[in-house]
Amino acid sequence: MKQELLQLKNLRTSFRIGDEYYAAVDDVSLTVNKNEVLAVVGESGCGKSALAFSVMGLHTRAKIEGNILFKDHDLAHASPGTMNRLRGKDLGMIFQDPLTALNPLMIIGDQIGEVIYLHNKTLSQANRKKKVLELLDKVGIPRPEHTYNQYPHELSGGMRQRVVIAIAIANDPELLIADEPTTALDATIQSQILDLITRLKKDMHAGIILITHDLGVVAEMADRVAVMYAGEIVEIADVMTLFGRPLHPYTRSLLNSVPNAEKDQDELHVIQGIVPSLKNLPREGCRFKDRIPWLDESAHEENPQMHEVTPGHFVRCTCYKHFHFPKERKEEKHHGIS
Amino acid sequence: MAFLEVKDLKVHFPIKGGIFGRTVDYVKAVDGVSFEIEKGKTYGLVGESGSGKTTTGRAIIGLNHITAGKIVFEGKDITDPRKTKQDFRKNVQMIFQDPYSSLNAKKRVLDIVAEPLRNFEKMSKAEERKRVQELLELVGLSPESIVKYPHQFSGGQRQRIGIARAIALKPQLIIADEPVSALDVSVQAQVLNFMREIQKELGLTYLFISHDLGVIRHMCDQIGIMYRGRFVEEGTTEDIFQSPQHIYTKRLVAAIPDIDPTKREVHMQFRQKVKEEYEQSYHDYFDNQGLAYSLQPVSSTHYVALPEKG
Repeated sequence: MKQELLQLKNLRTSFRIGDEYYAAVDDVSLTVNKNEVLAVVGESGCGKSALAFSVMGLHTRAKIEGNILFKDHDLAHASPGTMNRLRGKDLGMIFQDPLTALNPLMIIGDQIGEVIYLHNKTLSQANRKKKVLELLDKVGIPRPEHTYNQYPHELSGGMRQRVVIAIAIANDPELLIADEPTTALDATIQSQILDLITRLKKDMHAGIILITHDLGVVAEMADRVAVMYAGEIVEIADVMTLFGRPLHPYTRSLLNSVPNAEKDQDELHVIQGIVPSLKNLPREGCRFKDRIPWLDESAHEENPQMHEVTPGHFVRCTCYKHFHFPKERKEEKHHGIS
Repeated sequence: MAFLEVKDLKVHFPIKGGIFGRTVDYVKAVDGVSFEIEKGKTYGLVGESGSGKTTTGRAIIGLNHITAGKIVFEGKDITDPRKTKQDFRKNVQMIFQDPYSSLNAKKRVLDIVAEPLRNFEKMSKAEERKRVQELLELVGLSPESIVKYPHQFSGGQRQRIGIARAIALKPQLIIADEPVSALDVSVQAQVLNFMREIQKELGLTYLFISHDLGVIRHMCDQIGIMYRGRFVEEGTTEDIFQSPQHIYTKRLVAAIPDIDPTKREVHMQFRQKVKEEYEQSYHDYFDNQGLAYSLQPVSSTHYVALPEKG
C-alpha cells in the first residue's frame, strides 16, 4: 500500500534580485511515497534543484512559503536545529559533482565516519570504523580497507560518486534526494551508479527524489515522473503513462528532442527560444506559451490549472488538447533566436 | 584516396620526475591509431574520458605534439605543424567543448568571429563586418549581435558563435570536440540539426568527438571506439550498433539508458549479462597490460581488436 512520506503543499521558493523576490519554485504541490522513485525532469533553469534544496533546507537566503510535510515536521518552517538533526539522518542527499561535494583534505573514512558520529555520538570508534567499511562495501568499492585511508583525489569519478552515495545512505535515510547523480560521469559508470541506486532502493525502503535532465535515466529508474517548466509542474504521471502517452507540449517536445540510440531520426525537434530567466518568467497564463507560438491563444487557459486526465495523470493548462508539432519544419528554423 | 588519413598516430606525454626533472616515463595518451575519413562524411570518435579521443583531435589540428605517425590531408603530409602550409590551417577548424570558456569574454562577437578572417584574408573593415553578419545569420543569430559580448548569450547561442567562427574561412574539415556535451537536450538538438544542415550546404567533413552514443549514432557515418589510447573497434554506424563484436563496445552500447520504460527489466538483465561476460572474457580481449590488440577485419568495413589467431 502507498504510504506518503513527503508532501509539498503550494511550495514557493523565491530569491531576491534587487529589491524584489522572484519565485524559482512556484506553487508546487506533490507527494513522494515510500519505496518510490519520483523523477523531476526539466531543462536547466526550470527550478528542479531549487526544489531539492528547499526540501533539504540548504537555501540560506531564499524566502520559502507553503508547507513541506515530512513525518511530524514542516521543513519549510523548521528551525536550523531541527534541520540539522534531520539532515544526514532522515534526509540524505547525493550531489551532482562528487569532487566538490567531498572535502579534499579529509580521508574517505573520516568523511563517512563524521556523518555517523554526528547522529550517533555514543558509538565507539572501532564500531564506527566497522560501519564505514560495511558502507563502502555496500556501495561496491572493491577494497574498503584500502579506500578508507585514501583522499578523494586518489579516486576516479565513479568511485567518488560511490563515496558520496555512502555518505548519503550512512544513517539509512527515509528520503533520499539525488540531484543529477550521474551527469558528471561516463556512460558505463552511469549505468553502474544507477544500478547501485536501484539496488539500494530495494534494501532501504526509502523514498527517492531523482533530479535529472536525462530522459533515458528517467525511463530506467523512475516510478513516477514530474515534469517541471519555469518553476511549475506541468505534468505528473507514472513513468509508463508519461512515456507512453505524454500530453503536455513541453513533455512531448522534450521527448522528441533526444537523439535516440535505438532508432534513426532525420531531424531532432527543437524547442523554440530558451527557458526564461528568473526575472523574466511569465507570471500569468500558460508559461510555455511563448515557445509554441503556432498554437492559437484560445488554446491556453487564462489561469492554467492541473487537470486530472486519468487517475494519477495530471496536466497543466488546456493547451495539450490542441497541441501539434509544426508541420512545416523549414519555417521554424532560425526563428528560435532573437 | 582518403580525404584525411591518420596513420599509426602516437601522442606520448612525458612524466617528469627526480631532482633534475628528467623524463621518467610516458603517458601514452594515443598509442597507434589509424583511420581514414572520406569527404563529406562524419567520423565519430567515441570513448570514456581519458581514452585519448580529444588528444587525437587536437593532434590532427596541430595543438598537441605528435610523437610518431603520419597525418595526410588531401594527399599532403601535415604531420609537422612547422612545415605545414597556411592553407591547411585555413581548411581545418575546430569547435570546442565548452562554449563558456572558448570565447574571449572581453571581445565583442564581431572581433571573435572576425579573428580567423583577419588572419587569413585581407578584407576592409566594411567587408569584414558584412561577412561576419552573414555568418551570424547563417548560424541563426541576428546581425545586431556583433556588438554584444559573449555573456549576453545563452549556452546554445554561444556554441553557435563558436560554430560561426569555425566556418568563417569555409573550411573543409571541422573537428568538433564534444560540441553539445555542455548543453541542455533541447539546445543540443538545435546545434546538432544545425551542424547537419551546414554540412549539406557547405559540403563539410566532420571529425565528431563525443562520449554520448545517442548523439554519435545520430550524427556519424563511421565510428571508431577508443580505449586507453587505442582503437578497440571501427566500423559503420550500423556495424557498431547492430553487431558490436568487441566486449568493450558491447558494454558501452548496453550502458545507454533506454528511453522506453516498458523494456526496463529486459534492458537491465541484458546489461547484467554483458557485465558478467565482460568480467569473464576480459583477458580474451585485452593483453596482459590491459591494452587492446591490433585491429582485425571482420568485414570490409568492420574492424575489431582481437588477438591474432594461432
